[in-house]
Amino acid sequence: MDTRTENRATGQSRFVSASEGKFRPRGRFELSPINKRRLANFNANRRGFWSLWIFLILFVLALFAEFIANDRPILVSYKGELLTPVFVDYPEEKFGGFLAVTDYRDPFIQDEINANGWILWPPIRYSYDTINNEIPVPAPAPPSWMLDKEERCQQYPNGAEDANCTLGNWNWFGTDDQGRDVVARLIYGFRISVLFGLALTIASSIIGIAAGAVQGYYGGWVDLFFQRFIEIWTAIPTLYLILIVSSVLIPGFWTLFTILLAFSWVALVGVVRAEFLRARNFEYVTAAKALGVSNGVIMWRHMLPNAMVATLTFMPFILNGSITTLTALDFLGFGLPPGSPSLGELLAQGKNNLQAPWLGITGFFMISIMLSLLIFIGEAVRDAFDPRKAFA
Amino acid sequence: MTTSKSPLLSVQDLSVAFSQEGRKTLAVDHISFDINSGETVALVGESGSGKSVSALSTVRLLPYPTASHPSGEILFKGRDMLTANDAALRKVRGNEISMIFQEPMTSLNPLHQVERQIAEVLKIHRGMSDTAARKRVLELLDQVGIPQPEKRLQSYPHQLSGGQRQRVMIAMALANEPDLLIADEPTTALDVTVQAQILQLLKDIQRDVGMAMLFITHDLGIVRKISDRVCVMTDGKIVEKGETEEIFSNPQHEYTKHLLAAEPKGSPPKTDTSKPIVVKADDLKVWFPVKRGFLRRTVDHIKAVDGVNISVREGQTLGIVGESGSGKTTLGLALLRMISSTGEISFHDRDIQQFSWKEMRPLRRDMQIVFQDPFGSLSPRMSIADIVGEGLAVHFPGISQEGRDERVAHALEEVGLDAATRFRYPHEFSGGQRQRISIARAMVLEPKFVMLDEPTSALDMSVQAQVVDLLRDLQKRHDLAYLFISHDLKVVRALANDVIVMKDGKVVESGPSEKVFDHPETDYTKALMAAAFRLETAGEGIVSQ
Repeated sequence: MDTRTENRATGQSRFVSASEGKFRPRGRFELSPINKRRLANFNANRRGFWSLWIFLILFVLALFAEFIANDRPILVSYKGELLTPVFVDYPEEKFGGFLAVTDYRDPFIQDEINANGWILWPPIRYSYDTINNEIPVPAPAPPSWMLDKEERCQQYPNGAEDANCTLGNWNWFGTDDQGRDVVARLIYGFRISVLFGLALTIASSIIGIAAGAVQGYYGGWVDLFFQRFIEIWTAIPTLYLILIVSSVLIPGFWTLFTILLAFSWVALVGVVRAEFLRARNFEYVTAAKALGVSNGVIMWRHMLPNAMVATLTFMPFILNGSITTLTALDFLGFGLPPGSPSLGELLAQGKNNLQAPWLGITGFFMISIMLSLLIFIGEAVRDAFDPRKAFA
Repeated sequence: MTTSKSPLLSVQDLSVAFSQEGRKTLAVDHISFDINSGETVALVGESGSGKSVSALSTVRLLPYPTASHPSGEILFKGRDMLTANDAALRKVRGNEISMIFQEPMTSLNPLHQVERQIAEVLKIHRGMSDTAARKRVLELLDQVGIPQPEKRLQSYPHQLSGGQRQRVMIAMALANEPDLLIADEPTTALDVTVQAQILQLLKDIQRDVGMAMLFITHDLGIVRKISDRVCVMTDGKIVEKGETEEIFSNPQHEYTKHLLAAEPKGSPPKTDTSKPIVVKADDLKVWFPVKRGFLRRTVDHIKAVDGVNISVREGQTLGIVGESGSGKTTLGLALLRMISSTGEISFHDRDIQQFSWKEMRPLRRDMQIVFQDPFGSLSPRMSIADIVGEGLAVHFPGISQEGRDERVAHALEEVGLDAATRFRYPHEFSGGQRQRISIARAMVLEPKFVMLDEPTSALDMSVQAQVVDLLRDLQKRHDLAYLFISHDLKVVRALANDVIVMKDGKVVESGPSEKVFDHPETDYTKALMAAAFRLETAGEGIVSQ
């Protein structure tokens, strides 16, 4: 007690002995204390934590969709040569056929290869655009497990004894109305949805943050003009614009991306602008100005970290919104070009083929599980950045 | 009777602990004190000493269950408050024990009118009707010295000045004629002149009503003025208690002695007119236009700074004093060209008024600012090394990472901090340490002119004295010119060679500091000095209410 008073009385010694511990710079990849606490808060939300892992596993699997669902083998050994049909288009004449690109599902080619080597197939032997010509009933065919073996394999040359009557040729969730495997389309559709959503989220965040930052930082006329512009801009009905554009152009991934980006960047502007308006009067910002630090650096180094909390909290929800928009456009038929794997198109097929409930049910579950996972992750992120928790 | 002899409030062996992430910290450590009816007891201590927590415990207003009481009892009129149930406590709070707080803006509901704020307590505890409550509210407003109370009934808090808000708070506290008033730093956020008025008011009311008062403050001048007995607290303990006069004349404990000796001391050397002028301003004006109507025509101006002439010489300090809103900070920011102004500003005989933001940048190195709030002026997400080194990166882009680090370390050592702490973040430092960091950030660029905007106001008394010593030391070593802005006249007196007294954007009085302080000429300056050094109130009309 007395020594402490002594320290206060003498002044200086108190400053040096403040608190013991790490007298070293933070490593490049080491989290700052506040980020460590945020990570702990994120992990404390178990639902969000597990959702993130499940989502990441699904996403990574979907990124390697070609190795999971494909109409080409992963590896082929033919006459002592190791071939990788996943990556390389081999002409069929290599195996004694005549097509420009080998059709590995052709029994003739399979026999030829098996006679001179072996084939390693992916677990599902259909790609998203592979048409299964051996379905036992007119498309859409029900899931293979609903049929017995005789019925399932009746279209193969040797019936139930055929070499192709294997698990790899099952249609686990049936086929759509063009005889394409639903599982394969689901995997590819999930991938394209998430990639599209991520790209749109990141791009619109970058534009939105930049626009919000400029408005909030400079204020005044810049702010006034931009705000009025945004008000007019958001009043344009996006859907109709896409309808009009798609009647002129054939909508592809990037066309859609550009049109949607043109309208989705405004989502973050308000939040970021508010944060910057607040932060521009902080004393450490004035101090930085007095140091002669340039406006760009002040915005980037001093003010952006403040705005990032609100931004990161919003991002999972923007991602969700982007995915839903794409799905909705696909459902209406104004989305990705025909033939692309898409969850919206699957839903549309489900609507048109009520006699084949596996289409609608699969699409519904896929979309709702994906969106729920993202919402749960978003909630955990929100918890992690909650200032009351982070500073508690 | 025994009851009349036993104290009104008796705190025995009280401890308060806060638990955070499983760890318990003791904020108040086995303290005991008594308050008799009608007397004033002051709890004095620096920030973090546990004085507010002790006071809040008496009515159990701490954030339970984070807070807990490992030991002790609090007897109010013989009842133990720590074991009383919520209903009983509510009857006591605002009725028998009422409180006033430091920040009058946040303690009043901004959406309620004055009448409603005060009448609420009356209706809850007394069950008064609207008309009876209104009558009592008028009575109370009159009692706390609000002129024309009928007109003020319908005012919202933002329409009142700081002093008036604090008066309304006091009226609320007095509404039910409490036996005990707990005043938690009630004047800290107020100007010195208003502070003197509020203290006088509290004293008058106490005499008239005969209530007891528990006064919490860090300011020994106030203690001396207002209290009968004093308890000195530090680190959660009461280290000394006794009669006020006794403690001031004959302090026993080391800490009390240290506290009494902590006032900023020393006086600056005489003004040296041979030194070159660093910054000079002629007829400087900062007018903010007031725009009205559809076409936003400028109908009037708020004259924040209105025709001020100043000059600061090398190695000298110009003090600017005045109440809040007098334009002190605006003047300083205008001199540094941080806000636009009209009039002439020259820096080392170069006219910088017409310089663009870009042209100013090389000059920023030579003119630096240290702000009041050591919590707000450091970016919470940057390490100390980054904060202090930021200016170096701008003005000395040529020097290497090692060279920059070396300069940062040197600057930190110069302000009395351990250079090894430079990889930590601002929240790990105390208020005084943060202010040293702000000073280091300014000093690392080796400026010629530093604007110090209330650099000591947010700090504890003993830390204030240290910062003043540090500033004086730095000035001597580097021949710095200071523009020292403060409402705390004691600090200005310790540091400034020349002083300017500002009121409503105009200079009221200026001159060498000993002349202004000891022989003030204008009434306003006289009133300011009386309030600041002797806590005396001035006649009406000279100072703000």
